[in-house]
This record gives sequence, C-alpha cells and structure tokens, in this order.
Amino acid sequence: MRVRITFSKQGALRYTGHLDLHRLWERAMRRAALPITYSQGFHPQPKISLAAALPLGFASRGEMLDVRLNEEIPVENISNRLKDNLPADIQIIHVESVDERAPALQTQVLSATYEVHLTEPIDGAELTRKVEALMMSESVIRERRGKSYDLRPLIEMLSVVTEANGNVWLRMTLAARDGATGRPEEVLNALDIAPEYTRVERTRLVFQK
Amino acid sequence: MLTPEQVESKLDRILLKVQKPGRYVGGELNSIRKDWDKAQTRVAFVFPDIYDIGVSNVGLKILYDQVNQREDALAERAYAPWLDMEELMREHGIPLYTLESKHPLACFDLIGFTLPYETLYTNTLNILNLSGIPVRSTERDESHPIIIAGGHSTTNPEPMHAFIDAFAIGEGEEVIHDIIDAIQAFKEKRKDERSDLFPLSSFDARIALLRSLAAISGVYVPRFYETTYMDDGTVAYTEPIIPDMPKTVNKRIVAKLPPPPTKFIVPNIEVVHNRVSVEIMRGCTRGCRFCQAGMITRPVRERSVQEVVDAADAAVRASGFEELALMSLSSSDYTYINDLVDAISKRFEGRKLTVSLPSLRIESVSVDLMEKLKQHRSGGFTLAPEAASERMRRIINKFISDEDIINTTREIYSRGWTTVKLYFMIGHPSETLEDVQAIVDLCRRVIEEGRKVAGWKVKLHAGVSTFVPKPQTPFQWVACDTKDSVLEKQALLKRQLLKDKSIKLSWTKPEDTLLEAWLSRGDRRMSEVIYSAWKNGAKFDAWDEGKKQEAWLPAFEEHGLDPAFYTHRQRRTDEVFPWEHITAAVRKNFLFQDFRMSLEGQIRVDCRLNCFACGILPTFANLRRENPGEGWKCPDVKTPARKIDIELPVVGD
Repeated sequence: MRVRITFSKQGALRYTGHLDLHRLWERAMRRAALPITYSQGFHPQPKISLAAALPLGFASRGEMLDVRLNEEIPVENISNRLKDNLPADIQIIHVESVDERAPALQTQVLSATYEVHLTEPIDGAELTRKVEALMMSESVIRERRGKSYDLRPLIEMLSVVTEANGNVWLRMTLAARDGATGRPEEVLNALDIAPEYTRVERTRLVFQK
Repeated sequence: MLTPEQVESKLDRILLKVQKPGRYVGGELNSIRKDWDKAQTRVAFVFPDIYDIGVSNVGLKILYDQVNQREDALAERAYAPWLDMEELMREHGIPLYTLESKHPLACFDLIGFTLPYETLYTNTLNILNLSGIPVRSTERDESHPIIIAGGHSTTNPEPMHAFIDAFAIGEGEEVIHDIIDAIQAFKEKRKDERSDLFPLSSFDARIALLRSLAAISGVYVPRFYETTYMDDGTVAYTEPIIPDMPKTVNKRIVAKLPPPPTKFIVPNIEVVHNRVSVEIMRGCTRGCRFCQAGMITRPVRERSVQEVVDAADAAVRASGFEELALMSLSSSDYTYINDLVDAISKRFEGRKLTVSLPSLRIESVSVDLMEKLKQHRSGGFTLAPEAASERMRRIINKFISDEDIINTTREIYSRGWTTVKLYFMIGHPSETLEDVQAIVDLCRRVIEEGRKVAGWKVKLHAGVSTFVPKPQTPFQWVACDTKDSVLEKQALLKRQLLKDKSIKLSWTKPEDTLLEAWLSRGDRRMSEVIYSAWKNGAKFDAWDEGKKQEAWLPAFEEHGLDPAFYTHRQRRTDEVFPWEHITAAVRKNFLFQDFRMSLEGQIRVDCRLNCFACGILPTFANLRRENPGEGWKCPDVKTPARKIDIELPVVGD
C-alpha cells in the first residue's frame, strides 16, 4: 500500500537535512516494525519519498512523505505505531492511504507557504514599504551560487502581518517547482533582513489538484 | 552564567554558519532529559572529540544509563565542538553546554571525561577552558564541578594529573555510583552547622571533598601524591603526601558484566558508527605483548548467548539501526561463538541487518562464522596478523604460522570475498628491514594464492600502523622506533606494494605516532608540556587539521624536556615508572618476565587453559569467590593465592 504522512519538524530537527531526514524515517519505520517496500538490486533502498526538501534551520508544520508498504495496514494503526518511535521534534499530523498509481509526490508540489518571525525589533511601517516596493518590482535580479536569476516571479504572495500587540511578521508563498524554487532567505535578503535574526516555519505545501 | 534559554537563542544565530549544525542541538531519540530541579547530582559526560565520533561510544553510554537510572541524579552529554563552531562560540560568548538541557558545563556537579586515547588530552583542556572552568585542578574551588576522567589511556594518568581532580581507574559501572554517593554525602554534611566541614573555606572544602573521593577503591586523586625524580630524570618514587592514601591505586572491575545498554542514542545526522554495539565479552586471554587493552581489561568475563541475543534484539528494535557489532577483543575466544552466531542469524533473519564480528582468529573456522552471518561480501574480510615474519610473531606473542594465514585468506577468497584486509604494525621491538620485507612477501603470496582460487579480481588492503609502547604491558620497557627508521620502513613498503594494482596500502604518519608515544609513557612533567602545547594552539591532535610539531616541540623546549627521553629511550630493568603507583592488577614482575620471554622468542599460550599468575586472581580473589562458575574465564587455580607468585609455567619452543 502507499501511505502519505503529513508531519511537523521543529526544534533540534530543524538542523537535520534532507538526506538525514530520509534515513531518520527509514529507521523510525524499522522501529515501528512497518513492512517497508525496498527496491530490488544489490543495494535495496526503502521506498520513501519526501515531497520537498526543507532548507536547514527552518521549522515546518506541513512536511509530507509517501512510503510504500508490503502489507495493508489500517492508517490509525500506522500512525499509532510511528508516534512512539519518532524523536520528540517530529510529530505526525495526518496519515492517509493514497492511490498506488498517483503521480510521485515530488512532481506535484507547486509552491510552499512560510511564516517568518523576527527575533529583533523592526520598524513595521518601513518593512511594509519595502515589501510593497518588492512586490511592485517587475524583476528582482539576485545571484546564487554564481548564477543570476530573477527572484520576483518566484514570489507568489508576500505580506506583512501586524498583530494587535504590535508584533510584526511576514507570510509568503514561494514557488517550489522543479527548477523554480524560491528560497525564503533570498526574499529576506532582498528586504534587508538578516536571516539569522529570524525564525522561519514552512506552514504548507501546495500541490497540483 | 547563561541560562539554557540564553544559550539556545545565541545558538540560533550561529548554527547555520557551521558545518553540520545537527552536531550541536541534541534532540536524539533515546537521549534522556530529566527534570533539572529534581536531581540532587547533575553529571555531564564528555567525549572530547567531535559528536560524529563520540556519540556512539559505548563506555559513556553505559555510564549515562547508570546515572540516569538513579532517582536522585541526571546525566547529560557534551562533545568537542569542531574548529568552526568553537570559533563562533568564543566570539559570541557561548560556553560549552550539554545537548540535553543546554545548561553550560560549569553548572554541573560532576564532569566525567572519557580518555580512551592520548590524543584527546589537549581537547580536554580546551573544553574546560571553553566552559569557563579553570584548566588546572588546583585553581578550582567549591563553586566548580568536580572533574573526573577514566578510560584506557588513564592507565597512566600522570600526564593529565594537573588538570583532572580524580581518575577512575578501571571499569566505571560501579565506581560512578560511589563517586556520586560521596559527593551527595559531602554536600549534606557541608550544610550541617554542627559538622566539621561547615566552617571550611571554599578551597578547603574542595580538598575535603577530594579526600572523600580518594577513599573510594579505584579512585586516584593526583594532588595527594608527589613524584620525586632521579638525577637522570627518571622517577625515583611517587608517594602519598597526606595520611590514609593508598600507596598503590588498584583498578576497579565488576565481577559480573551488568546487562548491556539497549537504548542507543539515534543521531539525527550521519555519524561514523550508526550501529548497535553489544559487548559479548570483556578482557582477553591471548596475551599479545603490544596490546594494552588485552593486559588492562583482565579477567575475561563473558555474557551468555541468551543475554547477548536478547539485548541485541531489544537494541535493534529501539534504534532501528541497520548494523549490529558484537564487541570483544577476540571474538573467536568467546566460548559459545558458534552458538552465538547461529542464534544471531536465526533471530535476525530477513531483517536487513549487517552484523560485524571483529577480531576473528586467523583460521578457517572464522570464515565459516562470517559465512553463517550471511553478510554482504563487498565489505572485505579483516584479519590482524600484526607481524609478517614468524620470528616477529613470537616476539609479540601472536603466534600464527604463515601457512595458517595463507590457508585462511585462500579460503576467504574462494568463498566469494574479493577483498582481504590485513592489519600489521611496524616498529615492533628488535624489528629489522627483513621483518618489514616479510610484510611485502606475505601480501604478495596472499594475492598469488588468492588468484589461484578466485582469479584476477582478488584485492588486498594492507593497513600498516606503527607500534607505540604502552604502559602496563610487557613492552613498557622498550624504545619506540625512531622517525628515520619508521620512514625507511614505510619507504620500503611503499616502493614495493604501491606498484601492485591489487594491493592497497595505508600507513600512519610518523609525527602522529610520536605524539601518541610522548604522551602514553609520560610523567607528571608532561602536564606542563600539554598545557603549553595547548596554549600554542594544539587541539584535535588525532586530526590532520590539528597543529602538531609546531605546537608540541616548542612546548618541550619551554620546559627543558627532551621528547626522545619519553619515546626513544630503552627503560632500565629496575626503572620506576611514572605509573608505578597505579595498577591494572597485572603485576610488574609478570610483565617483566613476559618481556624477557619476548627477547628469547618464547610464546605464552592462551591463559584460559593455564594460569600464568598475572596477578588478577589474588587481587580479586573475593570477587571471584562471590561469583563462581561460568562467566569468569580464569581457570580454577588450586594453589593458594600467595603461592602462585612463585610458580610460573613457561611455554617455550
């Protein structure tokens, strides 16, 4: 069966990268004695696929993975067995069974939504002005790993949230397609905010319908 | 002092700037986070190398479990930050902290370092300094944690005597509880207005607490001893300077191995060893003369097959690890090795588990054992002849004939392994270039014979390290091979082996060997050299990134000491060693007799069959009596303990 798991990744686990997370899930499923399907061949690989890599240092409350199991197991049962076998900073949000023939999870991701909280006080009005200016621009040329690219079309939504107590934070939706992925820290740099003074959380992955 | 919250918020600002930030955040499955305020005694265990290496250390895992099982205590972990992280921590004023609660190390009552090898010494100083704790023991007062250390290299604690408050000599499972109990009893008494401890100053209270630790069997508190030197710089004697201190500190052992740990910490990042390790047996009866572990971990105590298999199963279930290592110094000598291998392969069938069984004897039975474990053959099959000429193998007391090696490796190749790894050492006492040439000849013969049974695909990996004479072994008297001689021997190996495409050769840098050699047989004066070397920037001495000669040589010079005095000097037969007052219960005259036998090429057989009176039985006679029967592998000796000293059966050729 093919199982889709939605989970959060917080705290210390923010510093576990994509490949290590893959390994972590394989071990968690081994601990939970779930019958994972392995690929054929000399070095069998577990059939676990994570929807979209989460940059190191970011938290998330909407990560997803697909795993194939050799047996049909009720989803509540899967969820219960996994719960006791995960590190504290990963929590299962939802488990569902999906059609075996559905397209691969990674190919279906369109964009991702992030919340950015600031750990240093900031002038809200000034920030709003910068956000507006950024959103009004036709293009925002930036350089990453020696290649220049246009950040602007990758920003689908960017807004400043001002809470009743005056707290200011950002919400953004960035493209997350193959070859067209917007990175929150690039947006922050474009707004003159140092990423080390922020806490970024991915809240949701948006999929093709 | 920073609170855990302050540490965490400072960390968030720097972690994305370092390699592998996952090393510094904890949060692993099976790590234990207890209520800080409810614990009476808080212990931090430190492996003074990076997380990637330290996290899988079984010794600290045992102690971590022992302490956390107590209601009144908690144990957390810390490792040495890598260079990039240390720089940022110092820049941002972050002291070293534990991974569980993020409390700075200085908040703990007790800090326990494990020192399995000497190249961790400068890191230990660096960690104390990074924690804001005075590096020297005498500069610490009651407000600082008690600093203890244990592990194989503390068999000679003297080079680190100035920095460690108390050494736990030998096995730690029981002594750690005694130490915690003593600290608690002291603190209770110190609070009591009627007690004689109440009026003491902070410095005096520290000394009083150390005195109570020194009263524990197996605990050595170096500041209560003093070394006097002869004119030639050798030790005259080391003696207690206050009353009631033992003249000799004997190692502690456990009579029966306690249940092995089963809740291994599962790192959230890739580390060196992702595996469950179950110790099947402690100690070794082979008596290889170069091997410190084999001499200092006696007597042999085995766990039952049932206990090993159940523990392995529980640990694999609790960790999800893909690899299981059955640990011992000599797997083939485990009494029920066949039963164990059968039981393990049955229990784990179809569970995608790699099982490693290190230190197998060079005989075809070993190939049968590995075959039963149904392992991938891509990893190669490892054997350790240690020397290539029969003459040399007699000297080191690891007697195997060339024919056994050839027959075994041929068997390995014929059963489908394409790579054989052979471990050798150069620099053994009295070694000549012919003995080194024998390594080349043996490797070539192994390949030739392998080709006959398995064709041209066969490969050989020769790992050739350099011997360092270690304290508490029969070779503690010998001089370490010189750099020039080692280079000449390595050149011979490289010249002849590197051109063969089927053979891979690896070796140790002579500079690294020298560093280990200075430290392992050093005396108290080495403390000052270590301190200066650290001040000169030495740390991570086991790594290529560490500063070596440029930090160490000026340190020797600063203190008027000659490194060659520690490395290249043959010790007098009546020499008093710097570690003379510390014993692993193997007597000096037993070691000396064994050394003499080596000079004559006489071998001593496995002592399971025949007791050679190394000193273990009389020292631990009471423990042995309390634990009769199977687990402890010393043969029953009928003669009363005192008489054993006189009769020394010798097996010659």
